[in-house]
Parts: sequence; C-alpha cells; structure tokens
Amino acid sequence: MQPFTRLTAVAAPLDLASVDTDKIIPARYLRKLRSAEAGYDPYLFYDLRFDAEGRERPEFVLNKAPYRNAKILVADVNFGCGSSREGAVYALMDYGFRSVIAASFGDIHYANEIQNGMLPVMLPEETCRDIRAQLHAKPGAELSIDLVPQLVTDTKGDTHRFQIDAIYKERLLKGLDEVGLVLQHLPQIEGFERRHFKEHPFLLARSE
Amino acid sequence: MSAPRSLFEKIWAQHVVTQRGDEALIYIDRNFVHEGAFHAFAQLAKEGRRVRRPGQNFATADHYVPTVGRERGVAGIADPDIRGMIELLEKNAADHGILHLGIDDPRQGIVHVVGPELGLTQPGLTITCGDSHTSTHGAFGALAFGIGASQLKQILATQCIWQKKPKTLRVSVEGRLKPGVSGKDVILAIIAKIGTAGATGHTIEYAGSAIRALSMEGRLTVCNMSIEAGARAGMVAPDDTTFEYLNGRDFAPKGQEWDMAVAWWRTLASEPGAQFDREVELDGGALEPTITWGTLPEEALPVTGRIPSPDDLQSSDKRAHAEQALRYMALTPGMAVTDIRIDRAFIGTCTNGRIEDLRAAAAVLEGRKAVVPAWVSPGSSRIKAQAEAEGLDRVFTEAGFEWRASGCSSCAAMNGDVVPAGMRCASSSNRNFEGRQGKGARTHLMSPAMVAAAAVTGRITDVRTLL
Repeated sequence: MQPFTRLTAVAAPLDLASVDTDKIIPARYLRKLRSAEAGYDPYLFYDLRFDAEGRERPEFVLNKAPYRNAKILVADVNFGCGSSREGAVYALMDYGFRSVIAASFGDIHYANEIQNGMLPVMLPEETCRDIRAQLHAKPGAELSIDLVPQLVTDTKGDTHRFQIDAIYKERLLKGLDEVGLVLQHLPQIEGFERRHFKEHPFLLARSE
Repeated sequence: MSAPRSLFEKIWAQHVVTQRGDEALIYIDRNFVHEGAFHAFAQLAKEGRRVRRPGQNFATADHYVPTVGRERGVAGIADPDIRGMIELLEKNAADHGILHLGIDDPRQGIVHVVGPELGLTQPGLTITCGDSHTSTHGAFGALAFGIGASQLKQILATQCIWQKKPKTLRVSVEGRLKPGVSGKDVILAIIAKIGTAGATGHTIEYAGSAIRALSMEGRLTVCNMSIEAGARAGMVAPDDTTFEYLNGRDFAPKGQEWDMAVAWWRTLASEPGAQFDREVELDGGALEPTITWGTLPEEALPVTGRIPSPDDLQSSDKRAHAEQALRYMALTPGMAVTDIRIDRAFIGTCTNGRIEDLRAAAAVLEGRKAVVPAWVSPGSSRIKAQAEAEGLDRVFTEAGFEWRASGCSSCAAMNGDVVPAGMRCASSSNRNFEGRQGKGARTHLMSPAMVAAAAVTGRITDVRTLL
C-alpha cells in the first residue's frame, strides 16, 4: 500500500451533506471486477456525473475543466454514510482522489479509506464550508495536506489542524500491511483461542 | 469492587487479544460472507494467504441471487455476471473449507436472517460480515458490526480485527406499543429523533420495557437499522425470550453445553448503574406507524403527519438535504402522508422478511387485493417453506402479490429486482437513499403491515384503519 505523507493537489468542492455510499458508487457497479487495467473510476458518483443517456451533466463539479483532475475532495457532514461498500473507496481512488476533507464521516467508510491508504481529514463544518467557497472562487486552486504535522493549507495560505488517531496516522505514513501486523501477534491469538474455547467449548460451532 | 459494566463492556473485554495504543485486537467468534466478498477473497489469494479458521466462517448467497426461476438452479441464472458471482462464492468457500449455503441449499437466505435462524448468532459473541446491516445480530446480545472488504480480508486471514473502542449510547424505550405499531416503527422513530449520524462512533444498547416486550424478530428489526443512525453496532441484552428462540436450533449448543451456555449468557446483561456515554429516551406508548418521506432514513414521520417544510428543520444541512429530497421524491410540504400514491409494494429483506413479518402483512391482505405490482421475498428458504406450510403464500398470491424465492431482492436491487425510475415503492427494507432500489426509484420505508396496507389502497395508509 502506498504511504501517505504529503499531498499538494487540485481540490474539488462537493456541496452536499450526507453523501451516502450509494451516491459515491451505485450498487449496480459493485459486481465489476477491479484490476489495474479496469478500475472503478467510471462509476464514481455515477448518477450525479452522468445523465440517463450516459452524457456528462455539465453542472456536476467533476465535469468542470478545472476540477477534473482533483485529488482532494472537500465535502460536508456525514460523508460516506450508509452501506459498507469498499467500492466507494475504490471509485474515489481509481478516479485519482487521495484524500477527502469533510466535517464528519460514516464510520465504516472512514475505516475503508484508511485501509486503502486514503486520508480522511475531519475539519469543522464552517471550515469545510469556507474552503469549499474558496475553491468555487478559484477553480483549479490547490490545497496542501501534510500528515506529519496534521495540517491542511487552504488557498489563502491559512493552515488548519486536523485530528487523526496515532494508529491510523502511523499506518498511512508507513503504508503498512495490516495482515502482517496482526500475524505478528499469532502466539497471543492462539493463547486467546485456547482459553476462550476452553471456557466456552460450545462456540466451536457444530450442527446436529 | 469494580464499576458496574454494560453488556457491550463485557463482550469487548472478553474479546481483546492485545492492545496497541487506542486500538484493541478483537477476536471475531463468527464471520459471515456473501457474494460481495469476492474482493476480499481475491486479495487473499493475491497475497498467498489462506482462511485461518474455516470453522468460524459461514457463507450464504443473498445479495445477487435471483428471486425468480430458482427451480433451474445456478444454471438457470441468465445474467453471466451474477451467475459468476454466485459460482465464485461457492468456489471460494470450497477452496477454504467454509460452510456454504448456496442457491439450492434449503437453509439459504439473507445472511442476517440465516445466522439467527440457524442458531449461529448467539449472545456474547463478536460477529462480523461485509455488510452494514450486520448490526442485526446484536438483537441476541452479540457485538456484531459491518466491515469493508479490506477488513474482511484481515478477518479471513487472522480471525481478528483492530478496532478502536466505540462509545456507548443507551436508547431506552418505555411503555407499551399501541396496536399496529411494531419494531420497525420503533427504530424509524429512534432514527428520526437522533439523526442519520446521531450514533456515529457509538454502539447502541436498546433497553426499556417496550424493547423487552418485543419478540426476537422485533428486536432483530430494531437492531438491523442501527447503522442508519450511524451506530457501529446495536444490541439488546439476552433474556428468556432470546434463550427460547435459540433452544434447539441447528447450531445452538445442546444438552450439557446448552446449560453451560445459558448460565454464561445470563451473566451478560448490563449491570444496574452501568454508565453510558449518552442516554436517549423515547415514549413507546406515543409511537405511531411511521414512514420515511425523504432520502435519508431520518426523514421520517408518523403516518398521521404531513410532509414538513425544509424551513421547519433545525440545521442548514438538514434543510438543504430536505429540499433536495422533496425534489427527488416529488413531494410538497403540507401534503398529508396518506395522500401519497404508491406504484410498487415490496416485502422482504433482513429488516422485515421473517415469519412474523409475513404473518402481519398477510393479516392485512386477507380478503383484499393489491392495486399495484407487489412482490414478497421471504428472508430465507426455510421461512418461505414455513410460510407455505401456514398457507401464507396463498394469502399473498390471492391478493395479487408475487410470491418469490429468498434473497436481498429489492433492498438494493443488486440482483435485478429493480423499482423503475420515478416509481414510488412502499418497502419493508432499510434504506431510502436516492437510487437505492433502482436509478431514479423513490422509496418509502415502513413496516410490512403498512406495505400491505399501501398495496391494497394504492397510497400510504394507516394500517390501523384496515385492521
């Protein structure tokens, strides 16, 4: 997994609250196999981006020239609520996004972003609103996100500090393989299993 | 003497393998997979890894299975993508030695219906699945939560997952539910009160006399929609209602092990004085049959109400969302809910596809006819068989409902059971997001009895006027 340290890139404003993961990727695309050759980028925000005939909706932010190659998305409250579909992260990443800035996130989507090396940044609602306004005023402007000091620099050069758990920060900075990390604890896991199943032998499911 | 502990605290503490800063490595007793797990299995294969504890993983085909034409089995599935996904789940399960309930298995069904029905879901367990409605299993007093593909891969490879300990919220519902008011109405009212992000970062414990009085199926419905309030998980403390439901089921402990299990399960309930980070109360006796009008589960109202104006809403983002929702749903403020005409009716899903749900709907349909296209997909193949033994299928078909096979069906319409664009569907499912049931489809969530009422009148109807 690619580590995340610092990112300076074009940011796109998304002025929608409670963007659910059905909006980020409609369910009908989740069956598609994902590969290096065929990513999930065509499906990102599909019903917001494209009309019934598959033509771009000109008013959607990502269809406007300055924002097309955005790598940072700036949203509102409760981004990624609803379904646990990790396809939402695949679509964002395959399109090119490395970070989403929002006032809050759905828990499962937040975890899915971290798992894939995307950085979910939480900033206060008013700050998100101000930054979105800056991005509307200056289409194509860049933001900087620096994970070590936990800072976002806006288009005016002002910095905003964001909160992130030390564990998630370390994971992103190092691009760590989760499974490897867990298996380092294998002796403890096996010890736990011996005690747990001795105390509750009926947990080793059998049907009769 | 230590502080009194909640149900959640006890289960959490009993499953911590090790701690790393703010995160605990939590042991997962049982993990469920469905067809959507192909991403996780593919990653596992790519990394050269195996499922570490096959006996603790269980597979069932639900999200993509067709609900018609099942007599022809997998070979009868027309869509090659869908056939491929169902075959892939079977292959992955076989490769790794995981129990698989496939499309032809008499135990097949929606994962969150099958787990409880088979007695796999039990009090005190940690349970995961790559689906946000995993919270359903919490009705048994288990800690059950949904995860994405990457975390699913971790669990398959290790049977553990790193988790930050969530906060706790106790929702107490006291009083006696009025006739015609069900578990579905309770949870819709809770979500309307606390909001779609009201419980983010928290696990909910549902308590109080109204919750206690619910059957297991009612509790399953309540816990199912915990995620729609943003909660990590939702739980109800196990009690005699729980034990009676479990006793004798396929994977429930038997004989001496049953006695051991029940003795342990009786120790799990929250102790008097246990602290919660937040508490919310609702008066169960004041609840009415409830429907959603908007495109978030929190945009809900009693059936006796009128569509709100966005100006009535508290915050600017709720107002903005409501404006968009009213446009999408083609509703005007001030309209009576009972004036909303519907075009489709659907009964099923992990929320309300169980035998009591089918009985409740059948009681309304008896001697009446649906005036819109309507279909029902029982939550599992066993429930379908039981309903047929009770003659419920005939009540449905005589009322003009299509009686279909078991699967997630029109909840997310991933199997093709789509609601057409612009059509309004009265649905016993759990999400009303834009396009959820099909591109441009309009969803009104409600209890199965309320769906039946809407089906026979052609508009959202207070079911109590028909009973």
